[in-house]
Amino acid sequence: MNQTITILKKELKDYFLSPVGYIVISIFLIISGWLFFSNFFLYKQADVRIFFSFLPIVFAFVIPATTMRLFSEELNIGSYEIIHTMPVTLTNIILGKFLATVVFICAMLLPTLLYAITVSFLGEIDWGIVFAGYLGAILLGSCFAAIGIFTSSITKNQIVACIVGMSICFTLTIVDSNNALLFVPNSFVNFFQFLAADYHFNNIAKGILDTRDILYFLSVCFVGLYGTHLSLSEKN
Amino acid sequence: MIHVENLTKYYGDFCAVDKINLTINKGEILGLLGPNGAGKTTTLRMLTGFFKPSSGDIKIKEKSIIDSALEIKSSMGYLPESAPIYQDMLVYDYLDYIADLRGMDSYTKTNRIKELSELCGLSEIMHKDIRELSKGLKQRVGLAYAMMSDPEILILDEPTSGLDPNQIVEIRNIIKRIGKEKTIIFSTHILSEAEATCDRIVIINNGVIAADGTTEEIVNSSDQKQSVYLDLLNADFTDVSKALNTIFGVSGVAKLNGSDESLKIKVNISSKEDLRAQIYETVKNTDWILVELRRETKTLEKIFHKFTREN
Repeated sequence: MNQTITILKKELKDYFLSPVGYIVISIFLIISGWLFFSNFFLYKQADVRIFFSFLPIVFAFVIPATTMRLFSEELNIGSYEIIHTMPVTLTNIILGKFLATVVFICAMLLPTLLYAITVSFLGEIDWGIVFAGYLGAILLGSCFAAIGIFTSSITKNQIVACIVGMSICFTLTIVDSNNALLFVPNSFVNFFQFLAADYHFNNIAKGILDTRDILYFLSVCFVGLYGTHLSLSEKN
Repeated sequence: MIHVENLTKYYGDFCAVDKINLTINKGEILGLLGPNGAGKTTTLRMLTGFFKPSSGDIKIKEKSIIDSALEIKSSMGYLPESAPIYQDMLVYDYLDYIADLRGMDSYTKTNRIKELSELCGLSEIMHKDIRELSKGLKQRVGLAYAMMSDPEILILDEPTSGLDPNQIVEIRNIIKRIGKEKTIIFSTHILSEAEATCDRIVIINNGVIAADGTTEEIVNSSDQKQSVYLDLLNADFTDVSKALNTIFGVSGVAKLNGSDESLKIKVNISSKEDLRAQIYETVKNTDWILVELRRETKTLEKIFHKFTREN
């Protein structure tokens, strides 16, 4: 446990002591801010639903870009050999990196609370829904982070890790869109909706906290991290 | 201390290490020699628990590395080849991180980092970026982190490769200094280095052990002991050959290429004795003019070459 925290701290330092972390956060804020405010005034409603409706697609691109280096870089420069010959388990390493990413995602979401605060000046805002949205956002971010960490563990090349991660996250986001469901037989529609991160996220963001949705995110996290464990043990 | 039993590692179909058996005693400095691709790094990686053996076992203090990997890892320090440490950390931060990973409390941590910075000569560069360090300095940081928990066993993979001669001597001295109390296993393909620092040498070739013992033992184990080179003027080969063959211990005389006036010959000697005096006496009794007399014993270099030449 202590080792997990040591690794978490080290990874957090890496996020916040290098320019990359700030660049990612800035890009995220610029894109999400622009998407939000360019549509906000058209709807004439005092809520941040629009922000959350764009969030999955933005996350699908931003999060794999933050997680791509976590294992690829270590495998590439060989520092993985050092950390793996320390008295730490693979689970320590993976959890440390994962939790650091979750903290980073929270830090990335924190400034967007300003959108909600701005909106609250313009009209009556339902804070319950806003917080449900943030809970959903953290769950969604964690699940994409687990996928990103997995793709980072399968290759030494950060670009490959990033692109594969983006593709998986993007697929999970659009698989329930109307365009995608057009090509799917009717009996499979429910199945594809169930697979979609977007669908579960929208349920939570509407303010409905259903255990099925929470379980979905937790199981994707588990599958991603377990896959990472498998792919790293395979390397030895 | 360390027992290696039938250790084997396959990468797909390729057998990198083939049924190695090895016992390493406490306090030994063991040099692992071999050409590139002989299986040195693979063996070391299995010893540190980084690679799982395909078959066979490693027991360290009666504990199998397969069952109690964590415990063994905590009693071991390992420096991989070319010290792949994080680039964008300060030296101090890095050592601090390693100490935390090893579960050291803050008091021991501070003392240990101070100690190591003196032992490895790091006090000047503690607050430098690792990226900016030269290869030799990086290697010293690597040694410091490998020794962080004061481990009983230290495993170093080519600790001196790519360093300049001064740095090599520095690293070698550090190894010797810590080798007084610790068991050290290191790999190298520089033979003089192994000769200078190791108590014992193991030569690996194609994944199997080709020779094992002290430098002397290995040198003595090979059959051809020594030879003496002569350069004579005013001499005829058949006469010289006849005269020298009467000396006890001379197993053969061969003519080497020489110029017209001088005769260069090589005298093979099968005994361990130094026969130069007898050879000189023989030459003195004739009217040949001796311009060179040189003895050559088998060096580790030659033996290494002999053991690993097949590929």
